[in-house]
Formats: sequence, structure tokens, C-alpha cells
Amino acid sequence: MKADPKGVLTGAHYLDGDHAAAEGALAAGCRFLAGYPITPSTEVAERFAARIPKVGGGVFIQMEDELASMAAILGGAWAGKKSMTVTSGPGFSLMMENLGLGIMMEVPLVLINVQRGGPSTGLPTLPGQADMMQARWGSHGDYEIIAICPSSPQEAFDYMITAFNFSEKYRVPTLVMMDECVGHMTEKVVIPPADEIEITPRKEYTGPPEEYLPYLPDKDMIPWMTKAGDGTRFHTTGLTHDEKGYPVMNADCQETLVRRLVDKIRTNADEIAILEEEEIDGADVVLISYGISSRVAIPAIERARREGLKVGSLRLVTVWPFPETRVRELAKNVKALVIPEMNYGQVYYEIERCAAGNARTVLVPHAGGWVHDVDDIYAGIKEGLK
Amino acid sequence: MTEETTVTEETQDVAHPMDDLLRMDRMPHIWCPTCGLGTVVTALALALGKSGIPLDDIAVVSGIGCTGRVAGYIKVDSFHTTHGRAIPFATGLHLANPKLKVIVVSGDGDLIAIGGNHFIHAARRNVDITVICVNNFIYAMTGGQVAPTTPLTANASTMPYGNFEPPFNIPHLADSCGAAYVARWSSLHVRRMTTAFAEAIATPGFSLVEVVTPCSTLYARRNRLGTGLDLLKFYHDNCEIQHGADTRSLNIDFQGKITLGKFIERPRPTFLDRLDNWYGQVFGDKYEPYVGDRK
Amino acid sequence: MNEIRISGFGGQGIIRCGYIVGKTASLFDGKFATLTQSFGPEARGSACSAQVLVDDEPIRYPYVTVPDTVVAMSQEAYEKFGTDITEGGTLLIDEDLVKPSEPPKVGKFYSIPAARIAEELGLRLVANIVMLGFFTAMTDIISPEAARTALPTSVPERFVDLNVKAFERGYEYGLAVLGKLPDGGDEASKKAKASEGTEKKKSRAKAGAGSKGSKAGTKKAEGKPPSGKGTGKKTAT
Repeated sequence: MKADPKGVLTGAHYLDGDHAAAEGALAAGCRFLAGYPITPSTEVAERFAARIPKVGGGVFIQMEDELASMAAILGGAWAGKKSMTVTSGPGFSLMMENLGLGIMMEVPLVLINVQRGGPSTGLPTLPGQADMMQARWGSHGDYEIIAICPSSPQEAFDYMITAFNFSEKYRVPTLVMMDECVGHMTEKVVIPPADEIEITPRKEYTGPPEEYLPYLPDKDMIPWMTKAGDGTRFHTTGLTHDEKGYPVMNADCQETLVRRLVDKIRTNADEIAILEEEEIDGADVVLISYGISSRVAIPAIERARREGLKVGSLRLVTVWPFPETRVRELAKNVKALVIPEMNYGQVYYEIERCAAGNARTVLVPHAGGWVHDVDDIYAGIKEGLK
Repeated sequence: MTEETTVTEETQDVAHPMDDLLRMDRMPHIWCPTCGLGTVVTALALALGKSGIPLDDIAVVSGIGCTGRVAGYIKVDSFHTTHGRAIPFATGLHLANPKLKVIVVSGDGDLIAIGGNHFIHAARRNVDITVICVNNFIYAMTGGQVAPTTPLTANASTMPYGNFEPPFNIPHLADSCGAAYVARWSSLHVRRMTTAFAEAIATPGFSLVEVVTPCSTLYARRNRLGTGLDLLKFYHDNCEIQHGADTRSLNIDFQGKITLGKFIERPRPTFLDRLDNWYGQVFGDKYEPYVGDRK
Repeated sequence: MNEIRISGFGGQGIIRCGYIVGKTASLFDGKFATLTQSFGPEARGSACSAQVLVDDEPIRYPYVTVPDTVVAMSQEAYEKFGTDITEGGTLLIDEDLVKPSEPPKVGKFYSIPAARIAEELGLRLVANIVMLGFFTAMTDIISPEAARTALPTSVPERFVDLNVKAFERGYEYGLAVLGKLPDGGDEASKKAKASEGTEKKKSRAKAGAGSKGSKAGTKKAEGKPPSGKGTGKKTAT
């Protein structure tokens, strides 16, 4: 289905990543944002708050904290509105609680984390990429999740739509892992006409209300969804539950439920994966990167190529679910994988795991606060070729 | 589906009068014999049935704990959420679909301790939801720990020598944050509680009914207060009904008098009333009210 | 690629100025432009800067490394950023608000009483747009036509006219400094607008590296002492 033109600000704009993400959300049909101010993510909420009364049919509310923000958008999504929240590190930690409920209840929603330097209060106004493992495992329990890393304001717009579409298709909270650099950089953003924006509708239940089973999986493992007020009078809970949504406290039910929550993403990992590959064939070294680091890596790759080095690039637009298949294949065909990320090894260890000794893995770490120095990434490429 | 709850001769043999209001396939419930929660659920179901609101338009949200299980037994769209977050979850439900009548049923620990911040802000904003706070004086599901409502000197598993922390006066808290409706009843006062639920639901804005029903298993045993029946006798002898009482006077002392009644009834513009009114002023005719066909 | 730093103190509209440079280049000059800004916890008063990269190719590394073009609109900003510039780079200052202790060692150095011109226009807050006009004239990074297109949608609606005037004053001032102010046609009116200090401007243009003497002259001409620390307050235009 196509986007509702009311939310689509068609045209060319000069926007920062945060504002572009807010426009992406509106274009995707998001009409409920509950949030709490935190640098460097606040501009997303500000833009949404300014635009929603004009777009109509939606609400922005500034909640009392991030715990409440995340809880409120779960409610918002169950009431039938596409819902989102936005935060940065400290708030992301607080949101982990109800992110887990979103995973358990299989609620389509989008959570943006404009990453800054951490731990704790860290560097509020400067970039980091050190919440990547928190994105993967931050809420307790076992689950799979989707995380997308835009690297420009244009992508912040584009991938917000993708994020909402994924969240609806797989009924899973979808994370947009930006960083302060992308959030605060301003670039040209082209917003297409509404009829060129493809929107994945909710997987709505249309059968007799009294026969509705909220967690009866379809063949694709994803249950049909209704919304509060539809007349199905369903129950849903954060407890381990059966197809009716009723709590069942035993190992069998846990096995069935958790396995499905994991598998509905894992078995679709290749379909979900958005990867950008460049000059992989015949490469000696492949640089694997995501988010802002993938942009900063380009000058280093170009420099190496000018010197005749065979360097390929694999950019992970989606970092979670981790594109295992592709990384495993790659590792068999190259000498080394070089991974620049703004942390001291997070996605790196996933890559090392998938390389399984077939290729060397070289981490180019950076604690955050700025992006990588191009020279450091170049040195990483050289290291990989040793 | 029917909202009819009266028992007729024809249906008496085949249907329970609560069939359309409760999830009978989940009975028996998990609560202890003589726990007041069953009474609260019955009273709420009766109030919902009488409210005239189509059951399809009602949602019940609970947090975690013994009372957190209420959502699982009431046959409307029902959400059993995380500890303390029932109110913000309910806020999201209501704001995203203002047609829904959203009722939060949760315990004192859930709403006033871990969820205390949400409680005061929802009251301040006057979000149009009803909160039923079942006050059992302790954390029951986890085994009888001290709560922000445990009366001074009462024994709890984490106050093994008696509680020395002053408790919250919940009606006063709600009142001072701007709640539109505030009442307190005990689980002995079934009819009045039912009426209070109905009134709270009918009041636009943030409404609160506190139901005093000390845990008949853990609180009663630790404090040597006898059985659930003894507790009911205690309410009978020690509860005073005083409508309109100054909420500052509503502290509950250990085994002291308990003041019950309807204390506050003062409708004021809700969050969404204000939102629409304000944007209407700011944007004029260009603004399309968010709550169009609410009523 | 051009690496530009626009600096001043919070509240002067520095970021807005950088925003319009980037918007002009990327939306109306067919180039690529990336704007980044330095954030501090202070909202007003401290040194702040906007960095803009402008290139014909997509921009990868998003930050300015060493700028080739620096605009300084406050003494503190000048001291912080004024010397961080490529050899042969271009430095533009507000001559009333920035007093270099020694002649800057740059390729090109131009000054303009942007805040004073803005005051003459009735609103000191448009000094940033006067500077934008000046910047447009003194560098070839953005075209004046594109800047004129970008401007109206980049400032609050009720201040569009004032900002357009501010831009033109700054731009003409720059042309005059460069000796490019065309003759003939409606020149008379243009001269009338540029009015009071044409001679001074020309002399400064010749001086190139903005001699102290010429600035002393402008002070006198204004008739009131320029405030070293800006009095510009409130929001940027």
C-alpha cells in the first residue's frame, strides 16, 4: 500500500538526520510519538511535535521518563496507531524494560537510538556506536530483533520507512541505531511523492472476532494482529503465553513461544538483510562497517585502491539480525576482514565468530566522541593485508 | 456480543451472569481464598456491565503482582504489562484511540512505588483513564515485603521488626496531583465500591479508586490478624464513611480507623480536551480536532 | 571541496548562516553540502561554530579538517578558530566585533561591519545574513542567485524582507570591496544603498589584509562605539 500523503513532505529539503528521521516516521504513517528529551535525539521529537498538529490524526506526548515513553508507545501501537519513540544511551537503558514487553507481545513499533559516547552520561553531544550489543541483547531474555544503521540524513528518512515496514511485517520492535554525527549532520534530503513510498500494512486479523487467537502463528510464524476496540476482546501479557495469549508457566510453552520469537526473525534473516557490497570479487581484504563509520571508511578504501590494493566493502545497513550467511561466505574468500566501529569491539566479535578462522579479523576501534580518523582505517586495511 | 448481565430464568441454568464479562476459561483464578481481589473483579465487572459502554470499547490494563493478574480475567481487550508501567501503557492506548475507555487495575506497589512517577504525572495531565489501586499493604506475590503503603509498625518480610517508614496516603497523593475523582473503599463495601467504579469510569479525566484489602494470607498472618473473615470484621467495625473528607486526614494507621468515601469529584479539562482546545486557538480553522467523533 | 567554518557566539545566528550556505549549495547550486555544528551545554553566549563542507562529489568524511574559509563574528570565536585555516585560506570577520592583535596570516582577509549594517536595517539579529551576503560575494562557494532562492524559506516568515535586505547589503558591500560593483543602470540607487562608506570600503579592499587603520576609520564613521562583546540577544533570524 502507498503512504498517506498527509504525512509526506514531498520535495528537496536541507535537514539534519534527526529531523529527517521524524519526516520518515510521518511518511511511514507514524501518528504517535511518546518521548523524553535527551541529547542528541531530542530534535526528532521536536520535529514530530511541531508537525503532528498540522499533519493531523496523531498525538505527540512528552512523557515523564523513558520507561513511560516506551510503555506508552506499546499502548499506542495496540490501539492501532503506528508508534515510535526516540532516545539516546541513558534513555535506551531505561527503555530496555518495555522493549522486552514489545518483543514478548510482538508489537510493531520503532525505537530510534541516536547513539552518543558512553558508558553512563558519557558524551551527550558527541557520537558513539557503543550501544550495538545493547541493541542486540539489552533487554533480558532470549530474542531476535531488527536494527538498522543509517549513515546520512537521507538514509535516516528512507530507513525509518523501512523500519516501520519491518516492524509491521515481522511484528517486532525495530531499532534505528543512528549516532550523534548522523543525527546532527545536515544534508540534502529528497522526500518522494506519497505514491512512491511503499508501506507495509499491519497484518490484520479479519476473521470472526470470537475466534481470534492473538498468538496463533501464520505459516510465516507471525500471528495476525487486531487492535484494542476491534471487538476481539483479546488478552496479551508479558508472561510466557499460549496462542490465546493466556499465561502458561511451563517449559513446553516457553520452548514453543521463544523458539518462534527467535525463528520468525532468524529464518528470515537473509530476507531482512540490507547489505551494500562493493568490489568484493577478487578482494584480498573486505572492510565491514555500518552507520557513520561506513562513510568515513570510504576515503580510506579509495586511498588503498589508488595504491593498487584489492579492497572490498561490505556495509551493514541492517546489523541485526546479523547477516551470518554472507559474512561466512566472505571469510572463505578473503585474507582479512577489517572492522572499524566506534567501540572497542561489538559487531567485531560477531564477525570474528562468523569468520571462524577462515579470514583474519582486524578491529579498528574508536571510543567515540568523534568519528574515525581516515588514516586509522587505512592502517587497519594495511594490517589486514599483512 | 451482548452487554446484558442480568440473570433471567431462561439463562440461569446454562450461563453464569458474568460469562460475558469474565474469561471463564481462565477460572479458577490464582488468588488465595478470602483475598479481596475476587470481590474487586466482581465489582468492576458489575460496574462495566452497568456502565452502558460497549464492552468492545473498554480496555483493562494491569501491571505486575497479585492485582496485576486482574487484566487476565476480565473479558475485554486486556493488557498485562510490566511492573509499574500500567499507567503509561494505558495512556498510550487512550491517546492513540480516545474512544477506548481505559481502566488500570493494579496494586499499591505497582502504582505507587515503582510506578509512582507515572501515577502523579497522569493525574497532573488529567489523562482520561480510571485507575483502581488495590491496596493490600504489602508486596504479596513476592512474599510479603514492605510496601509504600504498609502502615507504621506493621510487620513485613523486609521489615521483620516492624515498619518504620511512613506510608503514602494515596487519596491525598492523587488529590494533590489534580485527579478529577478520588474515592476509597474496602473490599467489604461491595456495592459502594461498584458505584465508585462506575462513577470513576463516567468521570472524564484521571479518576482513582483505592480499594483497601489487606493481604489475607501474608499480611494477616505476619501481623497475627487472623483470617480473611477476621479482616472483613475489622473493616466492618473500623471503617468510617466520610464523603468529602479532607484528603490530608486519610492516613491509615496500623489497625486504626480507616476513612472511606468519595473525597474528590471535580471534572476539569482532560489532556486531549486541552490539546484540541489549544491547537484550535493556535491554528484556528486549519486545525482538525484530534478527538473528532469521540462522543 | 571547500571546508568552511562560520563562528561567533551563541545567539548570533551562526548555525543558521551555515545552514543557508549548505542549503544553497546542495539544493540550488547542484553541489553536495554537509553541515555539522559544535554543541556545548550553553545555549547562548559562548563560542559556537558551524562547519560546512561543499563539494561537487558526495561527501564522505563529514567533518571539517582544516577549513579553507573561516568567518569569525566574535573575538572569542576568532581567537578559537581564526588561526585554524589553510595556508592561502580566506578569513572574513565582523570588523567591529573582532580585533585581531596582529594581521592574520591568511591568503585573503576581508572585513565588514555586519552587526552595524544590521543595526542600520533595524535589527542587529540579521548580522548573520549580512555576513552571508558578504560571504557570497567574497568567495565563489555559493552563487548569489541560489542564495537568494534559499533565503526566504530559511528564515522566519515575518522577517523575510528584512533578511533579503540584509543579504543584499552584505553582498553589495562585498562587491564594493572587490571593486566589482557594476556601473550604470540602477547603479545610483545601489550606491545610495551602499551609501555612507563606499570610499572606506574601497580603501579596505585595496588594503587586502585589512589594516587596522581602516577599521579605526569605520568606528569613527558610526558615531557610537561598537560593542566588543555582542549585544545581540534572543533567537537567531
